[in-house]
Amino acid sequence: MNLPFPTGMNRRHFLRHLATSAATVPALQFMSHLETHAAEVKSNQKSCILMWMSGGPPTIDIWDLKPNSTNGGEFKPISTAGDFQITEALPETAKIMNNLSIVRSMSTREADHDRGRYYLHTSFVPNPTVTHPPFGSVVSKEIGERRQDLSIPSFVAVGGSPGSPGYLGMSNAPFIVDSNGRIQNANMEGMSPEQMQSRLAMLKTVETQFIGSNRGKMPQDHQDIYRKALTLLYSDQMTAFEVAQEPEEVQEAYGRNNFGRGLLLARRLAECGVPFIEVDMGGWDLHQDVFNQLRTDRLPTMDKAMSALVKDLTDRGMLDNTVLVWMGEFGRTPRINQNTGRDHWARSWSTVIGGGGLKGGIAVGETDSEGIEVVSDKTYQPGDIWATVAHAMGIPVDREYRSANGRPMKMVNAGAPIADLI
Amino acid sequence: MFSIASPSGAFRPFFRLSSLCGVSLFLMCTMATAAPKVEDFSTGTRDPFVAEINQRLTQHWQDNEVTPSDIADDEEWLRRVYLDLTGRIPSADAVREFLDKKGEAPSRTEVIERLLNSNEYVENWTTVWTNLSIGRQTPQRVSRRGMEKFWREAFARNRPWNEVVTDLILAEGHFEENGAVNYLLAQMTMRDEQVLLTAKTAKLFLGQQLQCVQCHNHPFNQWKQEQFWQFNSFFRQIDKIDHRKTDPNTGRRVDDYSEIVRREFSGPVHFDRRDGLKQVAYPIFDGQTVDPQAETDRREELTKLLKSGERPAIASAMVNRMWSHFFGYGFVNPVDDIGPHNPSAMPELFQRMTDEFIKNNYDVKKLMSWIVNSKAYNLTSRFNAGNEFDDPAAGETPLFSKMYLKSLEAEQLYDSLLVATRADAAGRADYQEMQNRREQWLRQFIIEFGNDEGTEATTFNGTIPQALMLMNGQLVRNALSLEGDSFLQQLRQNTNMKSIDKINEIYLTTLSRYPTPRERNALNQLFRASSEEAAMQDLMWALLNSNEFITNH
Repeated sequence: MNLPFPTGMNRRHFLRHLATSAATVPALQFMSHLETHAAEVKSNQKSCILMWMSGGPPTIDIWDLKPNSTNGGEFKPISTAGDFQITEALPETAKIMNNLSIVRSMSTREADHDRGRYYLHTSFVPNPTVTHPPFGSVVSKEIGERRQDLSIPSFVAVGGSPGSPGYLGMSNAPFIVDSNGRIQNANMEGMSPEQMQSRLAMLKTVETQFIGSNRGKMPQDHQDIYRKALTLLYSDQMTAFEVAQEPEEVQEAYGRNNFGRGLLLARRLAECGVPFIEVDMGGWDLHQDVFNQLRTDRLPTMDKAMSALVKDLTDRGMLDNTVLVWMGEFGRTPRINQNTGRDHWARSWSTVIGGGGLKGGIAVGETDSEGIEVVSDKTYQPGDIWATVAHAMGIPVDREYRSANGRPMKMVNAGAPIADLI
Repeated sequence: MFSIASPSGAFRPFFRLSSLCGVSLFLMCTMATAAPKVEDFSTGTRDPFVAEINQRLTQHWQDNEVTPSDIADDEEWLRRVYLDLTGRIPSADAVREFLDKKGEAPSRTEVIERLLNSNEYVENWTTVWTNLSIGRQTPQRVSRRGMEKFWREAFARNRPWNEVVTDLILAEGHFEENGAVNYLLAQMTMRDEQVLLTAKTAKLFLGQQLQCVQCHNHPFNQWKQEQFWQFNSFFRQIDKIDHRKTDPNTGRRVDDYSEIVRREFSGPVHFDRRDGLKQVAYPIFDGQTVDPQAETDRREELTKLLKSGERPAIASAMVNRMWSHFFGYGFVNPVDDIGPHNPSAMPELFQRMTDEFIKNNYDVKKLMSWIVNSKAYNLTSRFNAGNEFDDPAAGETPLFSKMYLKSLEAEQLYDSLLVATRADAAGRADYQEMQNRREQWLRQFIIEFGNDEGTEATTFNGTIPQALMLMNGQLVRNALSLEGDSFLQQLRQNTNMKSIDKINEIYLTTLSRYPTPRERNALNQLFRASSEEAAMQDLMWALLNSNEFITNH
């Protein structure tokens, strides 16, 4: 990643300043392992990109059409590069579906936005006694902690709100940025390297004194977080957030909107070694006028961005290492309501998953001709999707954690990888 | 630019300068080390129950063969008691007054008394209980102002806790006219037959976790699924109404207000057992059955039952929660999981304090006063060789043989930054405007989450965003500002103060103490290397970003 740094300074710039000015020692010690980091392309490392369809997408209009039913709606199915048909409104995505598979037998029991979001992210239904981590936090814990040369937090959320890391602790919390890659308070304009250095030197004195005052672990934890924050701030890897550095045609291909930019940012972060990136696309809560909204806005945006991502990952040889997941908190009612909309529906709906060496181009499970019931043998829950991702990323599926009150918690709620996909 | 260091020695000028201006650093250091022995210590309170607490603590430490930490220095203790009682650090003036032993420095118990009667006490506890009762993020159709009004009055008048709880449960009416209804409204966002309200009330006011038994019998505690629904049936005679009005500009219907009204309900509630069978539950609490006819006001009956019995759960839950507020750990942990399944630290003291709380008519101020006047609260957070093992963070049962460190809450940090930079001085902005700014600032750390208990996560503690905010956020930039009448600007322009006074002032206003000998060397370097104003900014930045500032210790 040797992209130009347009404003401010980069790590080398900063370190050069430090090295050439007097009394640099304390500041350098404070940021001691900065020097050892080199930004490299980590394309051989596993990552997962979650495309989160906030609001609950009508999968009956997208991935599992029912053209012969009154529930079928206005879209026609078209053939794809995979072994199934999808909506005609995703022509570009249809061409890359040999890489992705559809799970058409999702059956979840939460049809409320908040509960559904929690359930799909964590694999557990909400329970006030314990906060379960979203799968991004699990990946951060299992994989991120081993990527010593990664300066960026291991779980980045582009927009959206994946939730709290719960019992996996704040070091595995999602790091939230907007789709332009902006990080709050990261603009160090107005603070010169000399100034920073003198501040850090003073800080180190006060911090070290407090750490040495026999008060337990917390003072040291604080210094560790500051080290992480500074490492990030002055890391060359910060360039990964600069989506605007991509060539015009690439930005154009993904689409110049939040979701397009978000997926492009996700690719850049995956390339840099970030193991889990969640990109939020909102606007799926289509209680009214579902077909027009899908046709004119949602699906064209999604089509462009999603197909561009898969092509881009393929071209860069990254697709086999990058698991892609597309899901929302639930599907939408097969019945079309009086406002030409669809309401919340958790009983039978679809998610999409692929890349990372998983089998692409197949449809797992089946719903009846009205889209109401899953008719295949097995239904799938969020834990099964995440267990499949875990399998693809090389994370042992039988991991167990402990909640704050000591209860054993199975990773992904004891879900199992979907056999057809591995 | 000025220099602290003389050519002959780095430290000497400090002493010289400081003694010239009448505040001897040397003296400060001496006094700090002269804290009394734990055995002889008293805050000066005459409350006989504090003596009993202290006696029980001493016995408890002996029984557990643990050596309690020393009594905290005055500066350590003062910062702590301000943070715990008023939610913010003391001002530099308050620190100076307390440390200045030559004058009429107040005793610890006098400081406590003063804080318990301050406006900041009321504001702090309003914030704490508003967050506990409706969450940091106000749910739809809930009035935060209304809820705050209720709590402000409760703490300003020191209303008995049993009355407060009763008011919340019985609340009816408009969400701004009767602020108490917001507690109910906040748990009724989902039309879930008051399942959330049932669980939340048990958790917050009874200190008991019922959420799990909604669906199945609890594997550990004594509650059964049926009891959850029995408790739930007390909350079924309420309904909420969301009123709308027409916006005169757009002609569209918009939210107006919400209210809690009474609803007809009689007979049992129905629930699904784990085995798929239906079962009914009647209003029964703690073995007492209430007439399930429509004429019965079930909430009214419940509030009577909540106050009855020898040791009502609303009392022990509050005692445990308050103890936990001040020590970071309750007698029982988690703080809202009390029951025979979960052993208590110091069970006798827990019971005695609960009994005294009841005997004193649920006096919340008195309860807090007992705790902060106790020996345990007055110990330093430094451990010694004889109590290093007392570490509840590592899963040990707390022995309260030292003060445990707490991270500042987001609100505490915000309010403390205002104190440190004097940005809260009167006349800066009106109260409502200040509140709005604070809420806007807090919002950046709240992860929208909204699970069914309204539990929220914040990105606040121990995260990169928090570090970035303190390194580089607007609030801290304001704190370092040399424009207008900012704190640093005023300090810079004050020609009556010598540099050492200014340094002391920055320390007092941020860390509530004077610089240590060890820090003086670094200060010398800092002030030698740059102009006075730049050095002052750098120092302020370093202190606000330190682990010492962000912890309550």
